[in-house]
Amino acid sequence: ADLRGPTSRQPVRRTAQAPARTPGPGRGGGGGGGGGDGMRGLAVFISDIRNCKSKEAEIKRINKELANIRSKFKGDKALDGYSKKKYVCKLLFIFLLGHDIDFGHMEAVNLLSSNRYTEKQIGYLFISVLVNSNSELIRLINNAIKNDLASRNPTFMGLALHCIANVGSREMAEAFAGEIPKILVAGDTMDSVKQSAALCLLRLYRTSPDLVPMGDWTSRVVHLLNDQHLGVVTAATSLITTLAQKNPEEFKTSVSLAVSRLSRIVTSASTDLQDYTYYFVPAPWLSVKLLRLLQCYPPPEDPAVRGRLTECLETILNKAQEPPKSKKVQHSNAKNAVLFEAISLIIHHDSEPNLLVRACNQLGQFLQHRETNLRYLALESMCTLASSEFSHEAVKTHIETVINALKTERDVSVRQRAVDLLYAMCDRSNAQQIVAEMLNYLETADYSIREEIVLKVAILAEKYAVDYTWYVDTILNLIRIAGDYVSEEVWYRVIQIVINRDDVQGYAAKTVFEALQAPACHENLVKVGGYILGEFGNLIAGDPRSSPLIQFNLLHSKFHLCSVPTRALLLSTYIKFVNLFPEIKTTIQDVLRSDSQLKNADVELQQRAVEYLRLSTIASTDILATVLEEMPPFPERESSILAKLKKKKGPGTVTDLEEIKKERSSDMNGSAEPTSVNSTPSPSADLLGLGAAPLTNSAPPPSSSGSLLVDVFSDSASAVAPLAPGSDDNFARFVCKNNGVLFENQLLQIGLKSEFRQNLGRMFIFYGNKTSTQFLNFTPTQFLCLNLQTKPVDPTVDGGAQVQQVVNIECVSDFMEAPILNIQFRYGGTFQNLSVKLPITLNKFFQPTEMSSQDFFQRWKQLSNPKQEVQNIFKAKHPMDAEITKAKIIGFGSALLEEVDPNPANFVGAGIIHTKTTQIGCLLRLEPNLQAQMYRLTLRTSKEAVSQRLCELLSEQF
Amino acid sequence: MQFMLLFSRQGKLRLQKWYVPLSDKEKKKITRELVQTVLARKPKMCSFLEWRDLKIVYKRYASLYFCCAIEDQDNELITLEIIHRYVELLDKYFGSVCELDIIFNFEKAYFILDEFLLGGEVQETSKKNVLKAIEQADLLQEVSKFNFSGQSISMVGCESKKFLFL
Repeated sequence: ADLRGPTSRQPVRRTAQAPARTPGPGRGGGGGGGGGDGMRGLAVFISDIRNCKSKEAEIKRINKELANIRSKFKGDKALDGYSKKKYVCKLLFIFLLGHDIDFGHMEAVNLLSSNRYTEKQIGYLFISVLVNSNSELIRLINNAIKNDLASRNPTFMGLALHCIANVGSREMAEAFAGEIPKILVAGDTMDSVKQSAALCLLRLYRTSPDLVPMGDWTSRVVHLLNDQHLGVVTAATSLITTLAQKNPEEFKTSVSLAVSRLSRIVTSASTDLQDYTYYFVPAPWLSVKLLRLLQCYPPPEDPAVRGRLTECLETILNKAQEPPKSKKVQHSNAKNAVLFEAISLIIHHDSEPNLLVRACNQLGQFLQHRETNLRYLALESMCTLASSEFSHEAVKTHIETVINALKTERDVSVRQRAVDLLYAMCDRSNAQQIVAEMLNYLETADYSIREEIVLKVAILAEKYAVDYTWYVDTILNLIRIAGDYVSEEVWYRVIQIVINRDDVQGYAAKTVFEALQAPACHENLVKVGGYILGEFGNLIAGDPRSSPLIQFNLLHSKFHLCSVPTRALLLSTYIKFVNLFPEIKTTIQDVLRSDSQLKNADVELQQRAVEYLRLSTIASTDILATVLEEMPPFPERESSILAKLKKKKGPGTVTDLEEIKKERSSDMNGSAEPTSVNSTPSPSADLLGLGAAPLTNSAPPPSSSGSLLVDVFSDSASAVAPLAPGSDDNFARFVCKNNGVLFENQLLQIGLKSEFRQNLGRMFIFYGNKTSTQFLNFTPTQFLCLNLQTKPVDPTVDGGAQVQQVVNIECVSDFMEAPILNIQFRYGGTFQNLSVKLPITLNKFFQPTEMSSQDFFQRWKQLSNPKQEVQNIFKAKHPMDAEITKAKIIGFGSALLEEVDPNPANFVGAGIIHTKTTQIGCLLRLEPNLQAQMYRLTLRTSKEAVSQRLCELLSEQF
Repeated sequence: MQFMLLFSRQGKLRLQKWYVPLSDKEKKKITRELVQTVLARKPKMCSFLEWRDLKIVYKRYASLYFCCAIEDQDNELITLEIIHRYVELLDKYFGSVCELDIIFNFEKAYFILDEFLLGGEVQETSKKNVLKAIEQADLLQEVSKFNFSGQSISMVGCESKKFLFL
């Protein structure tokens, strides 16, 4: 048949037309005439409704009909089956028009037990569409279903199963979840019934998984993948996929069966599968489902299966390059549906660089395809490819095309995908370009997606800022272009960052000052400007163009146009100015004293004005300086903006390379998030026991809306500071060495010397005062998670002097977290508080072990349990120099075994971790891939947590 | 698939099939929102859109829109072909199907859909097998349906007599 697309307007009838239907040999009774139809009364009623000129007329006609049906149902005369069917059908039609139906259920249930198929069928349809959890009725319905299931009549069984699948209620699950698996796997069940039974069970499993018992039938269901009937395989694959997601172990055998089935399909000629070939594509629905099933599992372990699957995927990719067998869009859609699903699987496995790059190239072609649908899907699919380490670079090569899509696509949903992809492909190398393009697009972007773009720009600007002046500029641009869409999280964040980074404070003050000059600026800018000038206005006050008075007048000129929360913030800025700029104190006091402040109707504004005025009048300069001191740094934690974007997009949709890496290296990674250090110790840390003081959860509570400035008054002296910025990098440097500078800022330098033998170690910590002023109350505290013994140090450190502290270390058991060193002291009247991680890592307790090639491989095999092995594939962060690599492995503590690995380019090592209680043998193998600039690191030890930790530590080194 | 809706260019719902339990109120709300969203889209736009946490796949055939809601991991293109195969099944069964066939024989449209999709998953993709099942049922039913493509019954609404496959 010639099936043209819907857009063709030519009113040509198809020539190959299905024969006109002839009236059936008899009727069910009732109506009649016309074309010998089933329910003439229904057709007349539908025509009447369609002829109604107004909504009122329609309602009138319906009410008339409802009254008629009600009287028939209630009447003395028993209705015959046909009439019941007709009236039930009318009720159904009325319901589908959008009207409520509150009767007729009983009559429909009666139809279920009719012997006439036609009546039974309408009864079931009514029940399916108008489910009612009336328990009385459900029992009757279930009874009818039970009878039909037991009838052995495949048509009746089919109807009953359809009804269960359509309703899928808990009551039905209770009644039938045990029965249906039996029907599904019984040898004599007809194919069509099997299909219905499989999907019926799937529906029940979705609503009430607890009621579907796993059992012997599961293995037989898996074997339905081998069934001759492709319809049965199709239905069974859906069921297995859903079950396998929750019970992967139970359905593991489905992997090899699915691979061989898929392989037979993709290699078949287009006519082999007869009616299961769709526009020259063999069984596209089944192929998609099989590929989907395989995504419930990691790549097959059996090399033969894995090889066969790789072949399938390659064949699918190859077919995409072949000329189309038909010009019809159905052909290309079906073919590409399979292709996209194959690409999803390739991305899911994320293990075959070759396939990933091919997938990326294929999607690259689609990016420029004339079909909008394909461009949309290519953008969507590339987003996930961008997060694979293997294909991230390949995705990046399409940046210009994607930027172009942002500018030229006419459909907002496609542009949305382009924004998502730019976000996903962003890294340090292209951040400036991508952020600039997004800002550019934001000016004309659809209102529906502006907020999301704002969040994305804010995140990228922060994440990839090398130069924080760029970050500040970007956020201010965001406020300028789309101020209304800049949520609180975004402007809070820019303030947190400026406060935490002293190198950008002066620039930020200057920039906000300039931005505020604009005659009309967004209120969010006033907030940011007010806050930043209140903290750092002094940094630009030397310039006569931004003298204290000018700064104040500029802010105050915006005051009256702002909302209450912003005005409250500005009042806090003013009191901070009183401290920063004593010379304008009287001007500010005059403002605070004015009636519009002191007698403001808003209680918050009035209170602030009264209190600030009083504070400025009675407090001495010293007290003012202390109370209004610069804000302490904010604790580093997950960006609240990122959290917001995740919330907006739903979990799992905001991914990026780093997060995935983090997930892979599991949450035991001690160096992942500083916040994890502040939280409760991990279970493995508990094992270390021995006087381990619990880590105090000391991060100040997250500041909530409007309370940021109030934090000024809170006492932060007792709190442990968050980890100093950059300390993670330093920490990583100590994994393979024992001596060096651990931390340095303008005031203090911390140096380390350490030595380790077996499970013991000693560390000398040198604290150097870099200033000419004394440090008072100098208290370094180690937050213990190892057995550490320290001697106290002198509480005063003279200017230019150095003090030394000795720490004795004992490794009691294997551990993940490194101890934290917190240092508090007073310097020139200010309280200083900082924390760094002490580089005491598990590998420090390594003793190298030399062994022969034979011994090595024998032990390697002994440690073949999957839990003993941890593997990591990662990109080289440093030039891949063999000598440096060797030095690092030796520095890591293991022996470097020469001439053990058959491939001379690989490195293998062996050693023993000594703890007080046990010794843990460790083998490692590092395989560099110069071409891809990647490494594969494999660790095998007798203890999973040890393999994991060592792998993490060592992976960071190359 | 979570649900399938068929509605006319005027926004009249012609068929609704829900594969997830929802209240009537929620169903009406979803229908209203989606009909509005889809009808507002221009002809050359892409057939997919994000909506709440679902993906909407839709296609227009003559005066009727077919609109499916699928989940995040579901395949958009194959869903588009689910719609097409359903239209083919209707067309084959009614013989050049038009909107009126679906209005007057709505129960048949449901029966065909149940043979093709069950619980939101494809049950049988072979056109022959689906139609065989329906025709067997018709034999049991011993009656046939209206067929508007061959009859001259006066009906209002000129749009709805257009064949879905032109």
